[in-house]
Amino acid sequence: MLEVQNISGGYGSTPILSDISFRAEKGKMVGILGPNGCGKSTLLKVISGIMSPTFGTISIEGMNINKYSARELAKKMTILPQLHATAFSSTVHDAVSIGRYPHQSGFFSSWGAEDERAVKKAMQLTDVEKYEHHYLEYLSGGEQQRVFIAQALAQASSLLLLDEPTNHLDIAHQKQILDMIRKEVTENQLTVVSVFHDINLAALYCDEILLMEKGKVKAYGAPHEVILEEQIKNVYETRISIQAHPEQPKPQMTILPDLQEEMEEKVITSNHFEIKGEYVELKSDFPLKVLSSAVHNAGMGWYANFINRTVKPDYEIHNVKEEYFEYLVKEGFSPTNTVGMMTAVDTKKAVIKNYKVPFGEVFVVVTAGVGNAVDVSQSYKRNNYFHVGTINTWIIINGKLSDEAFVQAMMTATEAKSKALQHEEVYDAISNTIATGTPTDSLLIAATQNGMLMQYGGPITEVGQVIGKGVFEATVEAIQNYRKGDK
Amino acid sequence: MKMKKKMIFAYSSSIAILLISIWLGVSIGSADVPFSTLWDSETNPSAYSILWSIRMPRVVLAGLVGASLAIAGAAFQGLLKNPLADPYTLGISSGASVGAVATIFFGLSIPVIGSYTLPLFGMVGAFITMILVLSFARLIDRSMKMETLILTGVIFSSFLGSCISLMIALTGQQLREITSWLLGSVSMRGWPYVQMIAPFVVIGVILLWLNRRELNAMMYGDERAQSLGVNVKRRKYAILAGGSMLTGAAVAVSGTIGFVGLVVPHMTRMLWGTDHRHLLTLAFLNGASLLIVCDLVSRTIIAPSELPIGVITAFIGAPVFSYIFFKQRRSRG
Repeated sequence: MLEVQNISGGYGSTPILSDISFRAEKGKMVGILGPNGCGKSTLLKVISGIMSPTFGTISIEGMNINKYSARELAKKMTILPQLHATAFSSTVHDAVSIGRYPHQSGFFSSWGAEDERAVKKAMQLTDVEKYEHHYLEYLSGGEQQRVFIAQALAQASSLLLLDEPTNHLDIAHQKQILDMIRKEVTENQLTVVSVFHDINLAALYCDEILLMEKGKVKAYGAPHEVILEEQIKNVYETRISIQAHPEQPKPQMTILPDLQEEMEEKVITSNHFEIKGEYVELKSDFPLKVLSSAVHNAGMGWYANFINRTVKPDYEIHNVKEEYFEYLVKEGFSPTNTVGMMTAVDTKKAVIKNYKVPFGEVFVVVTAGVGNAVDVSQSYKRNNYFHVGTINTWIIINGKLSDEAFVQAMMTATEAKSKALQHEEVYDAISNTIATGTPTDSLLIAATQNGMLMQYGGPITEVGQVIGKGVFEATVEAIQNYRKGDK
Repeated sequence: MKMKKKMIFAYSSSIAILLISIWLGVSIGSADVPFSTLWDSETNPSAYSILWSIRMPRVVLAGLVGASLAIAGAAFQGLLKNPLADPYTLGISSGASVGAVATIFFGLSIPVIGSYTLPLFGMVGAFITMILVLSFARLIDRSMKMETLILTGVIFSSFLGSCISLMIALTGQQLREITSWLLGSVSMRGWPYVQMIAPFVVIGVILLWLNRRELNAMMYGDERAQSLGVNVKRRKYAILAGGSMLTGAAVAVSGTIGFVGLVVPHMTRMLWGTDHRHLLTLAFLNGASLLIVCDLVSRTIIAPSELPIGVITAFIGAPVFSYIFFKQRRSRG
């Protein structure tokens, strides 16, 4: 659809762009990224024909843009520049109607039904129809931006060039506009080339990214190929971390600030732990990075408080999320800063062990109720579920874990737990084989992210070794406590 | 549909006001003559003669001048994207004035055409100034951005204005004639003046009207207009040429009448909107009405003396404008 070949150019004698080439296929969205001053807007001006390059060609549907008449070109391509102020006010309807200019030719050409339809549709897509007869000057910056987007859509061309289209918009409208543009791209074969400031929006919505640096193409390809930590760090001179988007297979980045933390040591000691009547708690003065399968705030996050709450066997399981939330509030915990587990085991039977290792101290906390232990390899034969009995394990590490290390720590801890069950001869009552766990086991790995970096957490690493030993010993002791109480 | 009805009302009311203004302008005067005399040469031959050779050409001239200034003002405001722009911003009027004032100052007179030398030189002055202003602006800035045009206009109107001041300073007996010409008037001109201005009005209006949609597009910036398919350079030239022609001709025949070219477009815009497809025509009609009425007042209010029309335009125009302004702001806010 659009082919940019070896474009070089700039303002007067200062060269800004240097040998830029890329193509945008029909029905695809290309995002242009780069630091301030790298030439993104200039490139857009050259593509739209407003500026002439000193070298290279721009072709639309195979034909050089110089060969199109102004009107024909306007029917093929629309550019939406950054926000302008106009001297005189018009209504939203009139402003959007300007977009129909290239479709009105002839001496007396009048406004047709098709024109009106295009205008109405454009206003609906950008959610400004309710402002149809309002004057532009009375709308907010974001609303005005949407009106100009509508103007571009009314032009109904097959190639849309956008320069930071979502600059002034709140997230609701950013999403709405980009969702809408994306829909036009996938359903109606619209081709879009857009300059973005927001790397995450570009990664999320674009099929391809053109990363520019100092007027040159630094990288060009799919978002996951272009948005790489090292590459972004070099181009933007900013440290970032790449994560997976929770729903879309696209990379998302977060800035890693260079914040000067206080010099005081961020260390967890046994003083932070307490066994209370209804729960076991760990209260830290600073947040720890956590990966868990808890009842409250499972997943990955930063939390400062941890509780393992004991409930009666007849606890009503249906409203557990709301009830737990209210419980936390009642006990004076901040629900957004706390990870909460649940067990039927009495808090007196909880086991807290600490291990001093060269890189710091590691704590293991276990409560084990093995009333309904299950052999996971045979559990497919079951069709009834019990709620009593749970093995909850916490591993608190004074150290810095990589993402890999978190996962491997969980694997190591789970292997150690199963070994403990084997050691204590805990049986699956139905299959009559050694159990591997209970149906509702929960595991939590928390690290201060301070201190030595541990890249891996497997069984033969330093941290893996202490986890293996600690979880085994603590779980064995917890099972024994549990059984003692039964007698 | 709401917009359509509004526009129908706009056009019909403007036309109605114009017709009423013409009727008043023709009928009222030092001797009130019934309008029917226009087509009745027998009943009152002297009245018939007054109407046709004195009042009618005066009303028509006032109408054409007012219309020209208003439509040129609307076009320049749209093109320069500046609410303070008026037909005189680019200096064309100063050029016309220099031509006219020089004629008075040097006592110039071309044999065959005699007293029409003044408006002729006025037009020549306007034409030369237009060429100079456009060439100069283009030399500085190929794309002729509005700031360039405005500043070039400032340069030329200042320079030419000082030429006029110089002539005023050096003159003796012609002072009164010069200043009264500068204040503007449509009296004692006659049909020849109408014939002089008519062709320019026609060409100028056609040029502007052909670019009505482009004026709309250019409101959003030259770049956006370009990307909409407007040949911005060519259209700018056309609009500038049309507006300058209208202004130059109007000033050459009637002097520098102020207020109309600045304010009638604003009043029209406030009432009926910024769409140049309608704004140009409506400004044309309303400019004509305003000047006809102002001329009527200027010759009747202290009859038999006449006040300079430039005084009356602001006198009547300002309160009308403030009323419209007030009403519009209240309803929009």
